[in-house]
Amino acid sequence: MRILLIEDDTDTAAYLAKGLGELGHNVHQAHDGKDGLFMALDQPYETLVVDRMLPGMDGLSVIRAMRAAGNRTPVLILSALGEVDARVEGLRAGGDDYLVKPFAFSELLARLEALVRRTTTTTEHTTNLKVGDLEMDLLSHEVKRDQQTISLQPREFRLLEFFMRNSGQVVTRTMLLENVWDYNFDPQTNVIDVHISRLRSKIDRQFEQPMLHTIRGAGYVLRAVR
Amino acid sequence: MFSVQSAKLFKSSTFRLALIYMALFSLSVLLLLGFIYWSTAGYMVRQTKATIEAEITGLAERYDLSGLPGLSKVINERLSYQKTKSSLYLLTDPQFKPIIGNLKNWPAVQPSAEGWMSFEIDRGGTDDTEKHQSLARTFRLRGDFHLLVGRDTHDLAEIQALIQEALFWGLLITIAMALAGGVMMSRTMMHKIEVINATCHQIMAGDLARRIPRTGGDDDFDRLVDTLNQMLEQIEELMQGVKQVTNNIAHDLRTPLTRLRRRLDMLRENNNSTEQNDELLDQAIGEADRLLTTFKALLRISEVESGSRRTSFKNVDMTALLGDVIELYAPLSEEKGQTFMTEITPSIPIHGDRDLLFQAFANLLDNAIKYTPTPGSIKLLMHDQDDQLKVTLCDTGPGIPPASREKVFERFFRLETSRSSPGNGLGLSLVDAIVSLHHGRIELTDNHPGLSLDISLPRTS
Repeated sequence: MRILLIEDDTDTAAYLAKGLGELGHNVHQAHDGKDGLFMALDQPYETLVVDRMLPGMDGLSVIRAMRAAGNRTPVLILSALGEVDARVEGLRAGGDDYLVKPFAFSELLARLEALVRRTTTTTEHTTNLKVGDLEMDLLSHEVKRDQQTISLQPREFRLLEFFMRNSGQVVTRTMLLENVWDYNFDPQTNVIDVHISRLRSKIDRQFEQPMLHTIRGAGYVLRAVR
Repeated sequence: MFSVQSAKLFKSSTFRLALIYMALFSLSVLLLLGFIYWSTAGYMVRQTKATIEAEITGLAERYDLSGLPGLSKVINERLSYQKTKSSLYLLTDPQFKPIIGNLKNWPAVQPSAEGWMSFEIDRGGTDDTEKHQSLARTFRLRGDFHLLVGRDTHDLAEIQALIQEALFWGLLITIAMALAGGVMMSRTMMHKIEVINATCHQIMAGDLARRIPRTGGDDDFDRLVDTLNQMLEQIEELMQGVKQVTNNIAHDLRTPLTRLRRRLDMLRENNNSTEQNDELLDQAIGEADRLLTTFKALLRISEVESGSRRTSFKNVDMTALLGDVIELYAPLSEEKGQTFMTEITPSIPIHGDRDLLFQAFANLLDNAIKYTPTPGSIKLLMHDQDDQLKVTLCDTGPGIPPASREKVFERFFRLETSRSSPGNGLGLSLVDAIVSLHHGRIELTDNHPGLSLDISLPRTS
């Protein structure tokens, strides 16, 4: 996919460009706000990665200007820790997701993929989610795998829904905490793992092929059985 | 109120000093007055005695010269000359039968070795019952005749009493004034010291910016206050310095660490590595991640402590929030085979930061689950109390010894028992910072066995 990276720290920019490039993405770079805004409005991109602190014009202003011009490209904001109320402010300015430095590359990748997926597939109007032989009815809250009904607790249902909406993509623990539990915090232990293993026991145990996989050092992924 | 204050007053060292001063002062006044008494009243007594002595010697000489008739004549002359009747004379035969004199009979008092005696006499006249104290000396003349010469000391005694009274009141006034002065002095000192004491307590409670007010007299007390304030200034600077250094280190080392982590990541992504290298790389990445987590936690604490998050405070439904924390952590506790009990009473929302409050309770519950042994139990209670929200978290883990209860909130402090388990010693520091941000308090007590943690958060912060 075509990605525009607006980042003034050359080291971070080079590292991200290299990492994303190796995965086959087409990465364009800008090193200050004005250039970035110009490029974002000039060419079509699938997603933008914008650093919050930029020389010339700060990241949030770039996003506001883009949105004012009617550009709806999803934006992932990068920020250093300690900026007051940064997350809420960033999302209010028109950002779609927010990542605090330092971050693992896998975290950035997972979030970027989720962002693009969210905007390209119009899932808002669907009442049914389907991944392989796993089906979810969003209205009746019914979940079936291979025609067998699976009963889930409300939180397990939301967890599975998030996995299904991002099927085939790596979902990190922080993404789960933010989207399923709706809290932005650092868990001291991998408390999420227990929830995952419970969900896994419900959707995978009775079946030969597992769907929910752990990606070491990154997170989890829900894949259709092939 | 008064009794408490006066008890405090009696305990004050200034007052004790004033008491000692008063005692010494009274003693010296007593000595001075004693001397005055001795040299006035005492002088008069000595004078009287000397006169009696001279007279009796004179009379004895007359007796020696002209015998009994001569002596009688002299005594008679003296009796008729004196107007005040204050002189007493009596001459008796060997059987103490009066021969001549103005005493009816020989006083029934045993004289001292020198012949002195004091007795009471009836002063006839208007009032028969009037008795006067007298002082007299007796002398044995040749032929066993007895001679007594004395003085009515009534007037002298009255003067003595007068002087005694004056001295007594003088002493009493001296003591009263010294006491009043002592109380006043200690009150003033106590007030000044109390101000210093109260300020120090506030500073110890965490208000490092507070300073002791000057009394305005530009005296030695103000100089002490100035010195103390300068010392407090230095302490505050040092403490801030330590925090600043920690933050700077965390901040400055984070960037190279992030790069290190990235390069390790890149190394792993290069597929030409062996399985052995992969394992080493994973370990290295793990270590880098732990360091980054520690730095991130440090910076997060300093961010919370700066108080800047208060600007984004909103109403937070604590019932729902604690419900979410419980929902997130209950499976972990169950997995460890612990009994997890909760008692959440619906409460009025508090003003605060939702994410931070969640973080605080998640950290606490995480700790409780981590340190409680397998057949243990954890209890989480929440209820409203007056204008505060009270949350109690009890576990049956190893607890925290009383001596370490204050220290567990310090950065990087870890109990010996937890050294072997994962963690960076910053979890409780963050909790403490978050609770302080919300103007709340944490108290650690013994759960017999285990730890009981009480958090109170004011609703109107």
